Amino acid sequence: MEIPYTISTRPDTGLWNAKVGIWLFLASEVMLFGGLFSAYIFLRLDALPGEWPHGLLNVPVGAMNTAILIISSVTVVLAWAALKMRRYRAYWWYMLVTILCGIIFLVVKLTYEWPQKFEHYGAKLKPEALAKYEKYLGNERRTEKGLEPRVEITGHLENHEALADPNIKEFEIGLDPVYVEPNNPANDRPHFFYVPPTDHVAKIDKEDVERNTSFGPWHNQYFATYFTITGLHGLHVLGGVLVFTYMWLPVSKKVYQRNPEHLANRVEVSGLFWHFVDLIWIFVFPLFYLL
Amino acid sequence: MDASTSAAAHHESHEHHGEHEHHELGWWRKYVFSTDHKVIGIWYGVCGLLFLFFGFSLMMMMRFQLAYPGHAMPVIGGVLSKIFGPGTMDGGKMAPEFYNSLGAMHGTIMIFLGVVPVAFAAFGNFVVPLQIGAPDMTFPKVNAASFWAFFVGAAVMVASFFVPGGAAKSGWTSYTPLADIADKGPHYHLIWNGQTMWILGFIFLITSSLLGAVNFITTIIQLRAKGLTWMRLPFFVWTQFVTAFLLLLAFPPLEAALVMQFMDRVAGTSFFLPTGLVVNGAAVHISGGGSPLLWQHLFWFLGHPEVYVLILPAFGIVAEIIANNSRKPLWGYKSLVFSVLVIGFLSFIVWAHHMWLTGMGSTVSAFFQTTTLLISIPSVIVLSAFFISLWGGSIRFTVPMLWATAFLPMFGIGGLTGIPLAFNSADLYLHDTYYVIAHFHYIVAPGTIFGLFAGVYYWYPKATGRMMNEFWSKVHFWPSLICMNVIFLPMFLQGMLGMHRRWYDGGQGWTIGNEHVWGLSGFQWNTPISWAAWTMGLAQIPFIINFFWSIKHGKKVDDNPWEATTLEWTAPNRPPHGNFVITPVAYRGPYEYSLPGREKDFTMQNEPVEETERTRRRPEPETVLA
Ligand code: HEM
Ligand SMILES: [Cu+2]
Repeated sequence: MEIPYTISTRPDTGLWNAKVGIWLFLASEVMLFGGLFSAYIFLRLDALPGEWPHGLLNVPVGAMNTAILIISSVTVVLAWAALKMRRYRAYWWYMLVTILCGIIFLVVKLTYEWPQKFEHYGAKLKPEALAKYEKYLGNERRTEKGLEPRVEITGHLENHEALADPNIKEFEIGLDPVYVEPNNPANDRPHFFYVPPTDHVAKIDKEDVERNTSFGPWHNQYFATYFTITGLHGLHVLGGVLVFTYMWLPVSKKVYQRNPEHLANRVEVSGLFWHFVDLIWIFVFPLFYLL
Repeated sequence: MDASTSAAAHHESHEHHGEHEHHELGWWRKYVFSTDHKVIGIWYGVCGLLFLFFGFSLMMMMRFQLAYPGHAMPVIGGVLSKIFGPGTMDGGKMAPEFYNSLGAMHGTIMIFLGVVPVAFAAFGNFVVPLQIGAPDMTFPKVNAASFWAFFVGAAVMVASFFVPGGAAKSGWTSYTPLADIADKGPHYHLIWNGQTMWILGFIFLITSSLLGAVNFITTIIQLRAKGLTWMRLPFFVWTQFVTAFLLLLAFPPLEAALVMQFMDRVAGTSFFLPTGLVVNGAAVHISGGGSPLLWQHLFWFLGHPEVYVLILPAFGIVAEIIANNSRKPLWGYKSLVFSVLVIGFLSFIVWAHHMWLTGMGSTVSAFFQTTTLLISIPSVIVLSAFFISLWGGSIRFTVPMLWATAFLPMFGIGGLTGIPLAFNSADLYLHDTYYVIAHFHYIVAPGTIFGLFAGVYYWYPKATGRMMNEFWSKVHFWPSLICMNVIFLPMFLQGMLGMHRRWYDGGQGWTIGNEHVWGLSGFQWNTPISWAAWTMGLAQIPFIINFFWSIKHGKKVDDNPWEATTLEWTAPNRPPHGNFVITPVAYRGPYEYSLPGREKDFTMQNEPVEETERTRRRPEPETVLA
């Protein structure tokens, strides 16, 4: 038994089956990420002043990843076009580039961007203790200038043992530059290039701290949404890479030899998915890195 | 093949299918790991029906606690205690936590493992390709994947009863922050606990309906038989089409919410946990800043379209059966089609009517009250069209027709009692009472589930080549109809007296319930309701036996036993892989019953239009009435 219109188009709809299928699937994906992005908006609007952090991500690295995804979106189209012109060799190369781009993206995420967060700590201060740490926070000036207050002190935690040991009364934090010069106007805006924590260690009484945790999803709503959305996006990238790899391997060459149009259709469909994944990132990048 | 179909066959293109690929599949591939839409449909159906009974059994257990709060359940209590382990039914008495588990899982199982699989996946899979004259679904492998995702999801849900702490307890709606902090702590596994497994199982179920929905829509768009234009589609196909869109677009936001709840429970986020949350007198160590309302919005964004997922396929089934048994074209086919499209669209913008009590402000309330009332208009159109279709017909009360006619008033009661809930001022009083329970059960239980039974009795001969026994079908029908009403009618009263839907003691300590209605106090009504529920359980036994017995011993019938008009009846009974012996071509609309000047009172869709018909102006269906 043959299912009609798997490769050729149905005359009255002008479509073959998988093309209808992928658009429907993408519609549902829009709703999935739509749900997550609306959660982002909801939570961000609800956040108290100073509780939505800015400038914690590495913008150039994010920008590079954005570029990588865009390049891969171009190469996948070239791969498809090569198949349409029946140039399998060219297809093979373009596909390889696409796959590598996907892999580089994931590697950057998993070996640099995410792990870096887990080493970074933020001590959220109790509201009554904020004045005590004014020299790190610079809130007087910020209030004057109409800026949101700073409510936590971030950097590298120098004494990890303090987290578990009740006998240690202080956290020692190697400060992020912002807290070294809180009143420097240059620190009013997030930095474009990432600046690592300094050697300047601040001692903060545990008594004054509400919570001191690393920048994991548990840290605040910003990181909760960041990890959830980029995590789910990362899974989509992984899915795309696996599908592309399958189409790049010799097994798919057999499909090509039987009916080149069949492989071209497959690449077209998965390419559409890949563009969608790219598009999601185009939203993720400004929402988390820039705004 | 009977005379009429073979006569029609002569006019059709003689394009034979299924003649080449004759390699035999092994038993497992043919009947279990099959990619044939009919086999998958039947699997969905059987599993779904079993889950309906399982979910109903959970409720039968709860009904004992409600009728006899604190009493030990005789005999069965001991057995249940053994099955579900310590802390559930110790000494035959139901523990409050266990009651909560049963309640949450009853709702979840009935809706997501029972009704959706039967109404959408089973009937959709089995009937839609046949009705549109297709050899199968567009993506048979995806179809099989959909079933197996459902299977895994269902298995995870059921398994969650047996992990320490038992199954999820926070209602089928899993409201946060309650659900976020439930089943957590030193006595629970991080993943293998009731609530987390509920989330995981759910994600599999969503995957399953996503794959199903994509497949259904693509199939309907791409694989319609030649000549089967959109306005010639049987109404059932339209309802499945809209249902698939609801599943496709409404489920993903809930999936997003589930992912967030999962993160809250496992990765320590606070998506749904507000700042300053105190549990058992102690502040919880969380980042806070989350929003419990966010969950409610995302949940009901699915939740409301979901109720239409439950009802639309039943509309479709009932429409087919009414047209077939009143021997008249379905009245107002076009308005029916546009009504379901409008319902589909509006069902996305009414969700907050489940949230009147959250105090959302009068502007937002006004919006959602308006849309909620708007959506009742197409619903009323659908119901009215069904009633008018009966008018002046020569009705045959076959077994499917009994169920289909019973559907009409039952759905009517359910729908009309929804109107007071649509106004937030009235709902402030009725919210979370048994009134709401009665409202939606009238729609899904004697409504949708009767529609499903109608469908099972109607298409059974196509699937098996035999009829189900008529006498035992009636023994199934009448007690079910009576019990349904004894169960749910008094719940309106209980609700109006203020009985809360989640009370574990059935309202024993509840004073306004002492007011007597029809000789019983609100609380005392629990006892007859429970007895009716158990009786209804017994009334399903004839169905179960009939269902399996008739596979071998039912009366053998020809390919079109109901003398119906749609394409599935042109396929041989127990259609082979690939379905049709001759690829069907449609020449006319789906409900050409009692065409004037014909010797038989039904004209199948694949019978070409004859010259005489062309010249004689055919009366519009509407005027046939007068
Ligand atoms: C025809 C017009 C309808 C209107 C105006 C309506 C209105 C409402 C409203 C306002 C509620 C919320 C009540 C509350 O929680 O306080 C509600 C609950 C509910 N309705 Fe309807 N409804 C209608 C039809 C339906 C249909 C067709 C179905 C299902 C097939 C349905 C299923 C439900 C369910 C399941 C709930 C309760 C959910 C829960 O809280 O667990 N309703 N209805
Ligand atoms: Cu609703």
